[in-house]
Amino acid sequence: MRHHNKIILAAIALLSILSALVVWPRDPGKYLHGLPLPGSPGIHLALGGMVLDRDGFRLGLDLQGGTNLVLQADMSNVPDNERADKLEGVKDIIERRVNATGVSEPIVQTSGSDRIIVELAGIRDIEEAKNLIGKTARLDFREQATPQAPADPNAPPDASDTSGWVVVTATGSDGQPHELTGQYFKKAEVGFDPNGNRPQIYFQFNDEGAKMFAEVTQRLVGKPLGIFLDNQLLTAPIVQEPITGGSGVIRGQFTLDQAKTLVIQLNAGALPVPVRVIQERTVDATLGGDSVRKSVIAGELALVVVAIFMIALYRVPGVMAVVALAVYTLLTLAIFKLWPVTLTLAGIAGFILSIGMAVDANILVFERMREELRAGKTVRAAMEAGFDRAWSSIRDSNVSTLITCAILYWFGTSQGASIIAGFALTLAIGVAVSMFSAVFVTRSLLRALVNFGAATHPEMFGVPRTPPAAPAAPSGPAVAAPGMGR
Amino acid sequence: MLDLVSKRYLFFLLSALVILPGVISLILPGGIHPGIDFSAGSIMTLQFPVPVDQGELRQAFVDLGHPEAVVQRSEDVYLVRTFPLAEDQRDENGNIIHSERQDIENALRQRFVPADVLASQPDIRVVVGYDSVSPLVASEIVRKSILAVIAACIGILGYLSWAFRKVKNPWRYGVCAVAALVHDALLVLGVFSILGRLFGVELDALFITAVLTVIGFSVHDTIVVFDRIRENLQRYPGETFDTVVNHSLTQTMSRSLNTSITVLLTLVTLLLFGGVTIHTFVLALLVGIIAGTYSSIFNASMMLVVWENGEFKRLFHRGPREPEAAAAAA
Repeated sequence: MRHHNKIILAAIALLSILSALVVWPRDPGKYLHGLPLPGSPGIHLALGGMVLDRDGFRLGLDLQGGTNLVLQADMSNVPDNERADKLEGVKDIIERRVNATGVSEPIVQTSGSDRIIVELAGIRDIEEAKNLIGKTARLDFREQATPQAPADPNAPPDASDTSGWVVVTATGSDGQPHELTGQYFKKAEVGFDPNGNRPQIYFQFNDEGAKMFAEVTQRLVGKPLGIFLDNQLLTAPIVQEPITGGSGVIRGQFTLDQAKTLVIQLNAGALPVPVRVIQERTVDATLGGDSVRKSVIAGELALVVVAIFMIALYRVPGVMAVVALAVYTLLTLAIFKLWPVTLTLAGIAGFILSIGMAVDANILVFERMREELRAGKTVRAAMEAGFDRAWSSIRDSNVSTLITCAILYWFGTSQGASIIAGFALTLAIGVAVSMFSAVFVTRSLLRALVNFGAATHPEMFGVPRTPPAAPAAPSGPAVAAPGMGR
Repeated sequence: MLDLVSKRYLFFLLSALVILPGVISLILPGGIHPGIDFSAGSIMTLQFPVPVDQGELRQAFVDLGHPEAVVQRSEDVYLVRTFPLAEDQRDENGNIIHSERQDIENALRQRFVPADVLASQPDIRVVVGYDSVSPLVASEIVRKSILAVIAACIGILGYLSWAFRKVKNPWRYGVCAVAALVHDALLVLGVFSILGRLFGVELDALFITAVLTVIGFSVHDTIVVFDRIRENLQRYPGETFDTVVNHSLTQTMSRSLNTSITVLLTLVTLLLFGGVTIHTFVLALLVGIIAGTYSSIFNASMMLVVWENGEFKRLFHRGPREPEAAAAAA
């Protein structure tokens, strides 16, 4: 048993050191108020195929500054069965535009049947971003202005090269020349080459577009036809023959994924779906930095206050609980960093709250120990009984908190309210780690103390030395129920 | 030993007295002062390089066509709540040609930022935070919030019925725990309804998070007591239910209080040092956790006693009456 306990303690120590290394900030002076300590270079590991790259905690938009937009796509003109694809297309377009602005790690995701959530971190000119995102997609067909040697059809198109391309024009139904754009395009689909199994793209123009496309392809036989979305080249197939029926096929060395992406992009440009901003949350970076500073101070103070309270209340085990709390804090923060959990203001509040709740498991155990000590057990027996008997309470109460967290997380994600999901995730991780720290860390530390013979007197647990014969509950129902006071 | 169980109707009465004002405030028209998450609108967080008078700022919004604007000061920033701003106007290519938000920021900058600052930083930000929710989203959040609370209750009821499956009538424990959490949630809502009337405190999505956390904590606390009742029932099968519950309560009392004190200590730290954005959130947690501690000791277990003794039936047939068992114990 002793040996066993030493191994557990060593493992906990190792885990704590590793966690401390993970958590160690790049600029420790910021949190430890001026102490000249070396900063962390960040974590950069590559194990086989897994690459781990963490510079710091991932901060939510409310802490690092940024904007969260919820966009509503107007699907009124889109048939029901095409809406999911259409939304994917709109998302794809927004993603391309956002990526082009160079914002770091933008998040663009669909939500429900007609919404898109966009998160842009650290962006300063929000109006500009909204302008960009809300634009209607433009698909158009272009030819090379100056005839060049036909490009290698197998070479991947250089998306950034728009020079030398001009939008093709053809005679519309009104007899006037019009630019051939997405408004004449009907739809695209992925299909397969009848001979091989190579994916290719089938497309179709509407009636007016079919005539215009015929005119264009007649002129461009043997030449490339550039297909552009939002001024970016998607693909530039060589026209093999005039296409008069309004529907044709793009052959090329596509993988299935590439073909699918291209189809989504083409369809997004056909019959564009207007989007409007229905929710916006923007926080300036200065306000976010302020929040981080305040949260860190509040967190540090909370730890100190709880530590003082625990030691005052429980003496020796209180000290052990504080050590366990330190391990808990390191471990939880390490998980936050490695996961990585996006820390929001509410999430940090959830974590600080979980410090208070993490102590609960210890309190449950220590109160139980005191009862056992009062009943006359030895310190060692009281300790083991305390942990064993408190376990069902710890388990049941924490599982119920985890259930609430799961529901909150669902609520937050389905709602697009990342602030609530973040809170639920941090609280859940906190609760799970707190169960571990109470059961393994506090218990092993106390066992070690008892084994060293350092803690053998009940006084050290805040229990006055009383003769075992004296019952703890001498009055009231104890008389009516002999034996209940033990 | 303290005899708590015999005074159970006193504790119910106390709960009722504390909850009643809040519930009345909730039922009366305008019971909830909803934030933009639930009623749509915009909130701007404004920060100026020089002190700005609150009255002048309010006047600025009236001049800008927003007489409904509510201007609140909190520490060094102003929070301004308005109706939803006009949607951006776009030309046929989708370029924004007119944005009301931009107009407001420009106007505030011209009016309140001194010329010398403006000269060095012509595009200085005064709107440092901007939240806007359209009516479409707002109604959805209300619906989903209610769903989330109901789902949480069902989840907890189910888990407790399972965890207490070895005890007689396990689902009664679940129902009593849920009753206690409804008590706590109602108290928090009631207190904030009154705060809304008195100080214009608004409820937002974060408040829902606070209520759900309170629910979680309340059940957490209740389970510790119930768990002890379960243990004692098995250990002392000959005892009356009243005695077992009373004994379990006194055994778990110091743990309940100590845990609540630790959590309250962390919350007070957050309230004092955690920044303005989460004030309402932390305050809701504070109220809820005090309520949760009370209800786990004085309501949930007492209701279990009332139920197990069949006093519900007696209440309906003969009106309230001190049960004989409790009278004997006292």
